[in-house]
Amino acid sequence: MTDALMLLSFGDNGWGDQIARGTLVTVSLALASLPLGLVVGFLVALAKTSSEASMRAAANIYTTLFRGLPELLTLFLVYYGVQLLLNELVRQFDPSANVDVNAFVAGMVALSLVFSSYASEAFLSAFRGIKQGQYEGGYALGLSKGQTMWLVIAPQLIRLALPALGNLWLILLKETALVSVIGLEDLLRWSGVAARVTKEPFLFFGTACLIYLALSIISSAGLSRIDAWSRRGEVPR
Amino acid sequence: MSVNTLAPIAARKPPPAPERGWTGTRIAGHVLMALWIVSGAVLLLYLANNVMSPFVQRYWSQYLEGAVVTIELVALSMVLGALLSLPIALARSSRNPILSGLAYGYVYLFRGTPLLAQLFLIYYGLGSFRGFFSDIGLWWFFRDAWYCAIFSFTLNTAAYQAEILRGAVQNIDKGQWEAASSLGLGKGVTFFRIILPQALIVALRPYGNELVLMIKGSAIVSIITIFDLMGHTRRSFSRSYDFQAYIWAAVLYLMMVEGLRRIWDRLEARLTRHLKRSA
Repeated sequence: MTDALMLLSFGDNGWGDQIARGTLVTVSLALASLPLGLVVGFLVALAKTSSEASMRAAANIYTTLFRGLPELLTLFLVYYGVQLLLNELVRQFDPSANVDVNAFVAGMVALSLVFSSYASEAFLSAFRGIKQGQYEGGYALGLSKGQTMWLVIAPQLIRLALPALGNLWLILLKETALVSVIGLEDLLRWSGVAARVTKEPFLFFGTACLIYLALSIISSAGLSRIDAWSRRGEVPR
Repeated sequence: MSVNTLAPIAARKPPPAPERGWTGTRIAGHVLMALWIVSGAVLLLYLANNVMSPFVQRYWSQYLEGAVVTIELVALSMVLGALLSLPIALARSSRNPILSGLAYGYVYLFRGTPLLAQLFLIYYGLGSFRGFFSDIGLWWFFRDAWYCAIFSFTLNTAAYQAEILRGAVQNIDKGQWEAASSLGLGKGVTFFRIILPQALIVALRPYGNELVLMIKGSAIVSIITIFDLMGHTRRSFSRSYDFQAYIWAAVLYLMMVEGLRRIWDRLEARLTRHLKRSA
């Protein structure tokens, strides 16, 4: 027991500071993918509600593609594919050049692609929950299309989409574990290194699982507060 | 008395459909669609050019083997997970606080942590207790990557399936229970013959989603040295450094997932045909 505590302690003897740094990388990767995924997801959902058939078809292809591919494969496609493409491009100008794609950026892009395709479905079903009269009411008051969307629709949309988006956030947090495979030093990566060095795999992978669990619990608590905030205008029942 | 004959009114032509102008969205939609079509055509051309390439000649049989391994893994752990999910779902909705607390803890643990971390915990982590498992004669099981993968996937999907099942059973109207008990049916018979069949229809869609998630999630077993589709992909890429390795894998995964989704939609339409009102 004391051995385990010593191995997990901060400082020279323990792995505590490495694991803490890994946790920070995990959380910041998830936080960095979130805004991009939300914005793209919203735009794709807008395209899906468009009256223009070609727009809807283009958006549906996007969703089918990134919901159908395994997340790990998307990650490899982005990481190696972009690297190859960039190298091809750069060698047009300078044959000796070599580009390395940052694992963090590749992970961020891949996770945002996957997140946005799921988020677009969440936004789409939220759009369907808003009555046509809300748009008409906005236009009748003389608001422009953009103002109606921003001032009338968006606040309701957030409230309706929030439960589904909260679930997607929890999934995103767990999916960040995949980037350890392309060498990003996240929580799982450091746990693996510590497990190999100390020959205590159960201790370190168990700790990693508990930290992921703690992150989920904290997120759930935060999400229910945001949910309560988004419902502050409703009549209490 | 003259008869007032009314001349029949000639039917008028419907007004012409409003002209569809080239609005901004329409142009943008066409441009995006054109981009997809061009990239799809480039992809098809690329694949067609490479169908007879040395890479495909050398590795296609391994890709097929890998796909079979992926399907085996998913099918086996889905079925085992379904069996395991039944007692968990029952415990979760039981009135005994200890039982439901334990089931809740199980579900929360497996849904709150990444599948990859669970896989590592079981495959590498249980090695810490090698002596113990050797003593009870189970070390052969936890030493093998394939068994460990099936074990951790089963535990993981059981947690998700238990929640699907519980949600579906709770969704069934209480009147069904009451009607069955007023007919003198026992609790067990009521559950298996009355409630479960109705619940499974409600659960059909989430089960399909879980199956798709499992196919996609199964790609991570390639990290613990199992040669599923992803495993063969990674090996052939590291040997040839040819990017088409990943392209072919993407095509195969997309075909599996989309095919499954289509089949599942058909199945759902077929099984719920008695619920549809004819228009």
